[in-house]
Amino acid sequence: MSSFFSALIIVGVLGSLLAFFLILQMNNRTNNKPGQTTGHNYDGIEEYDNPLPAWWYWGFIATIIFGLGYLAYYPGLGNFSGLSNWTQINQLEVEQAVADERYGPIFAQYRDIPIDTLTSNPAAMKMGHRLFINNCAVCHGAAATGSLGFPNLTDEEWLWGGDGTTIETTLRHGRNAMMPAWSSVLSNQDIKEVTEYVLSLSGREVGAALASSGQAHFMTYCTMCHGPEGKGQAMFGAPNLTNDIWLYGNSRARIEQVIKHGGNGAMPSFESRLGSDKVHILAAYVKSLGES
Amino acid sequence: MSDLPAYHPPNYNLKVVRQFTIMTVVWGIVGMLVGVLIAAQLAWPAMNFNSEYLHFGRLRPLHTNAVIFAFGGCALMGTSLYIVQLTCQAKLFSARLASFVFWGWQLVIVSAAITLPLGLTTSKEYAELEWPIDILITLVWVAYAIVFFGTIAQRKTRHIYVANWFFAAFIIAVAILHVVNSLAIPVTFTKSYSVYAGTIDAMVQWWYGHNAVGFFLTAGFLGMMYYFVPKQANRPIYSYRLSVVHFWALISIYVWAGPHHLHYTTLPDWVQSLGMAMSLILLAPSWGGMINGIMTLSGAWDKLRTDPILKFLVVSLSFYGMSTFEGPMMAIKSVNSLSHYTDWTIGHVHSGALGWVAMISIGAMYHLIPILWGRKQGQMYSEKLIEMHFWMATIGTVLYIASMWVNGLMQGLMWRAVNSDGTLTYSFVESVEASLPGYIVRFIGGGIFLSGMFVMAYNVWKTTRMPQQLVAEKAS
Repeated sequence: MSSFFSALIIVGVLGSLLAFFLILQMNNRTNNKPGQTTGHNYDGIEEYDNPLPAWWYWGFIATIIFGLGYLAYYPGLGNFSGLSNWTQINQLEVEQAVADERYGPIFAQYRDIPIDTLTSNPAAMKMGHRLFINNCAVCHGAAATGSLGFPNLTDEEWLWGGDGTTIETTLRHGRNAMMPAWSSVLSNQDIKEVTEYVLSLSGREVGAALASSGQAHFMTYCTMCHGPEGKGQAMFGAPNLTNDIWLYGNSRARIEQVIKHGGNGAMPSFESRLGSDKVHILAAYVKSLGES
Repeated sequence: MSDLPAYHPPNYNLKVVRQFTIMTVVWGIVGMLVGVLIAAQLAWPAMNFNSEYLHFGRLRPLHTNAVIFAFGGCALMGTSLYIVQLTCQAKLFSARLASFVFWGWQLVIVSAAITLPLGLTTSKEYAELEWPIDILITLVWVAYAIVFFGTIAQRKTRHIYVANWFFAAFIIAVAILHVVNSLAIPVTFTKSYSVYAGTIDAMVQWWYGHNAVGFFLTAGFLGMMYYFVPKQANRPIYSYRLSVVHFWALISIYVWAGPHHLHYTTLPDWVQSLGMAMSLILLAPSWGGMINGIMTLSGAWDKLRTDPILKFLVVSLSFYGMSTFEGPMMAIKSVNSLSHYTDWTIGHVHSGALGWVAMISIGAMYHLIPILWGRKQGQMYSEKLIEMHFWMATIGTVLYIASMWVNGLMQGLMWRAVNSDGTLTYSFVESVEASLPGYIVRFIGGGIFLSGMFVMAYNVWKTTRMPQQLVAEKAS
């Protein structure tokens, strides 16, 4: 803020407060006798000229004094940062430091325990559950069973790999899955055929002729990520198409839609939000979900 | 005009006042009905019937616009155009313009009722209407200002009565707020983008939003209070001096208070602190109006036992005092960090909206309607029904705000509760689940308040249809 605007604000604020004080002073005396009106009469309404109630007058003065004190201590008067040098970012940092100091060791004690061992530690799993409910449940659901577009974490299928270290990497850095939209490459008929072939991979009843022409497209375009047998590849987060788990729905129409328009799976990164110790515990908790 | 009471000089323009008065009751019912529906949706989500037109996100702005600008707006325009004539002893400046104000305002309301459920919105709270409607509002408002100030200019009295100061401040400030906040670049006939961006947009929005409360819902209704309380109590105003001081203090401090809606956001620290300090200083000026209203009754307290209209007026002042105390408290940063984003805010708004704005308007309408339809003051069709309405309104308001206090405190405490390891104790959805009983009580409270409005509509209908003779018999 330029010093001109800063000065304008200071003069405006202090000037207003001074004006309120002066208006109060000027009106705090009355020469009228009790019961005497001002002589005005509006549609039969008259006005007494009683003095300002003392408690109200002093209350007003007290809030002005409080306001002045507050604006001296905290920022408020333009560029003047206040005697306290308070900022909301400082307040946040101090509060976070206090919390880290108090709670940090509780999480740090599990830092060196391997995830596969941690899954059988009841205290750690209880913490993991709390972290899960407030950070993960919004997408994966309170029961971790997922929903359309968000994977179920309680089954044995893992898009990006289900060993402890990989889960921890997923949580720490996040993941971005990208199924391309094939509508510009494949015709509607082609997409129908691929869909038929994809359905056949998990043993669904399909039209044999359609599926066999679909196989040719599949081999050309889909095997790169989903593999020649359609079993998926954790390296790309490409789902296994041979089981009956469908991230975007299992109906023919849904599958066709995804092939046509693609899909993006975005798992956010949690390291900067939670810190690595909490992510470690959370990874163990997520791992335990698939084991139960 | 021939059926006006004798003490009215026959040349006052009461037609527009009658029109606004009736529409106050009508829009009150419509706005509160939508409110009760969306309250039901929060308790039982299926109440949106799976229709986008009945979805909470579209009906909520319809509710707020309908109760503030349709119900509150008609009440303010009607009473101000009545009060300005009687206290200035002058006929309305222009009957044609006054008629334009009425029909223009109704057109604004109907446009809102159509466009908001269709999902056409600027997404600015309390200013959701798209730019063509915004322009219409501006035209109507300018016409309203011309009629009001034109009448003041033609006054036969030397001084201008305090009620008119408040109406004047309300009219001028709302014009500025509306124009500045609604500045936008149209893209199509039904879509525009605000000229402000980011934090500046947020600050302009809440400068507008808070002063909509300050000048529309406070200054305007204080104008109403300054006429109807002394009139109904038949007592002089307690202190002219107090009205001068609290008027100037109120209108000059309110404009600073908007930032308290944006505590702990990207708004610069100094703006937040300044907004909080000014919000606290606003307490005394706000209370000045309550003191002047309630102290006007001193010497006439006995009337409260028998006069249900006076009960409406006095209870409205009590709710006014309560919510203008609560507001500065909630503006304190440490309190705000608990109360913000919870139902406490909703409770606070409704202690003002139901307890103050609606109750004072209802009281004013009961005072005004017999007079406007050619009877003497106090001759509504049924005083018993007014009494009944009073208790329904009071009980409804209390249930509403008490349930939202409980919900708000509970939510605030649940959101900040931590376990011994520092993790949050509750997930968000658990706080929603725990809020259900409060939502049901709120729905019941709102339903009772709405039912009271139907009682009023019946009473008003019967009053306007009462044969003259029956009036005379009742009076004797």
